[in-house]
Amino acid sequence: MDHGISILIVDDELSVRDSLYNWFIEDGYTVECAEDAKKALSILESQDFDIILADIKMPGMDGMEMLRRIKSIKKDSIVIMMTAFATVDTAVQALKEGAFDYVTKPFDPDDLTHLIRNASKQITLSEENKILKDRVTALENVDNLIGNSEAMQQLLRDIQSVAQSNASVIITGESGTGKELVARAIHTNSPRRFFPMISVHCGALTESLLESELFGHEKGAFTGAVYNRKGRFEMADNGTIFLDEIATISVKMQVELLRVLETKSFVRVGGTKEIKSDFRVICATNRDLRSMVDKGLFREDLYYRLNVVNIHVPPLRERTEDIPILAEYFAGKYCSAMGKPPVTFDPAAIKKLGEFPFPGNIRELENMIERAIVVGNGKRIQVKDLPIGTSSAGSSFESLEELEKNHIGNILEKYRWNISAAAKALKVDRVTLYNKIKKYGLNQNG
Amino acid sequence: MLQNSGLMNYENITLIAFGLPDQDLLKAVAGVISGSLPLPLLLKSGYLDLSEFYDPARNQYNGNSILKKLDDDYSLDSSKTMGLFAVDLYIPILTYIFGQAHLNGNTGIVSIYRLTNERYGIGKNGRLLVGRLGKEIIHELGHMFGLIHCSDPVCVMRSSTYVEDIDQKESRFCKACRTILNTRL
Repeated sequence: MDHGISILIVDDELSVRDSLYNWFIEDGYTVECAEDAKKALSILESQDFDIILADIKMPGMDGMEMLRRIKSIKKDSIVIMMTAFATVDTAVQALKEGAFDYVTKPFDPDDLTHLIRNASKQITLSEENKILKDRVTALENVDNLIGNSEAMQQLLRDIQSVAQSNASVIITGESGTGKELVARAIHTNSPRRFFPMISVHCGALTESLLESELFGHEKGAFTGAVYNRKGRFEMADNGTIFLDEIATISVKMQVELLRVLETKSFVRVGGTKEIKSDFRVICATNRDLRSMVDKGLFREDLYYRLNVVNIHVPPLRERTEDIPILAEYFAGKYCSAMGKPPVTFDPAAIKKLGEFPFPGNIRELENMIERAIVVGNGKRIQVKDLPIGTSSAGSSFESLEELEKNHIGNILEKYRWNISAAAKALKVDRVTLYNKIKKYGLNQNG
Repeated sequence: MLQNSGLMNYENITLIAFGLPDQDLLKAVAGVISGSLPLPLLLKSGYLDLSEFYDPARNQYNGNSILKKLDDDYSLDSSKTMGLFAVDLYIPILTYIFGQAHLNGNTGIVSIYRLTNERYGIGKNGRLLVGRLGKEIIHELGHMFGLIHCSDPVCVMRSSTYVEDIDQKESRFCKACRTILNTRL
């Protein structure tokens, strides 16, 4: 039984360590031993264990002190305390300090099995909880696909239609258009929605790291491969794997990927066992894959394997009618997150947003609104709260001067143009503030 | 793979009975083992002074120490050696064990002590005892060939903590364990 669960045994008695080691190894667990608390803490600095089985009475730092230190570093660690000298007080103390359980040596073989099985169940429950939380986030993210424009409505119809099939999908579109949200929407509307959607940002990883991420690795496969690790394909079993920036993968990885997509089986790095996984693949790219195929940069067979369905996410400039509703959505989201009262938009601000080209698409709009909520004061977002038309590249980033101008303007508004109060808040003298007001042409009427 | 060329990694399995004089029982058990493991089986008798492994506080014998002794004195790279005993075995963390072996090791031990019906106040059952002893020996040999515990309820590599558990499983390896075993024989 390969549980994929790792156990660290901490006991000063060699015979106890050996006995537990053999018992757990035969049960298919990954096991390591430490002869004292100091060694255990040193191991825990570089490796993570699912379960720590520790003796209470040890020379030097005792098990209780070690338990406290482990809990202060990782609160949800599962630590089981062992002792040959059981007292109710110590048991209660261990549980109060956060131990998962407390056992007296020697154990009945069945007790040991049940103890570890219960701890394993706890781990499974925690992982399921995390997956469920991720799923809730995913559902929230589907709500982020907002817009009344025809382009957006068509996109939503495409998502509904493709979600029911098992076909591979390539999502194309410029950076910041929300390709991952579209992938999540497909997944959460598909029959696979009760299983995970696993995302891999191919462009962020080197070839060898990507290989290990996708296929997993066996212990000792390379330096640093301390444990067996499941790959993303394995984790996506029954669910969906989302490969972002697919155009960035190397030719070697293209060959590997094609083979996996054809056989739905693979071998972990450094392993020999063939692993099968049933996943749906969704890819995204902001590049023209067809032209990369023509130039010989992307394998044609892989392109056709991936591109069963193509969904194009339009840039924001092609659906400007969605900008007001998106701006209001993001304003509501960030006000709520920052505990601020709801804001409205000045019509001039909405007009200004509608005229802006948004090269960074929705991501840029979202950042712009978030910034406006942070720096703005009052209940209305005005043009001056939006960093539009002030940067040379048309991006939301400003020069230091522009930042200073906006900040001083905001502080003056906050203190209703009380120069003394504003200067005090800015930690400059009144003369300096007057000079800045003059320099930037600030006035009370905005 | 060696088995594909008709050769085996190991020449035989040797069972050494320490204080188990019942030859009929041993022959019957050998029959059970041969049904699951296709290696030649040698039956031997041995003597070991067990007093040095006795723990008066527990009134039991230290399985770790006995296994080490067997490993020192009887281990051969060409063979898997199983010591059979009639005493109550323990390891420091557990109240008792039926037997034990190191994963991929060359020696193992099994005791008949907790396998007899009489130990639990039930009538003697020779056939059941042969089955239990055979399964425990095959189970420990499985570990010695690198197999870990199996979740198949009837596979001999299923972990057993009570004799009832041993009775529930069969003396054969499941398909998955058999596949791994065939690469290691």
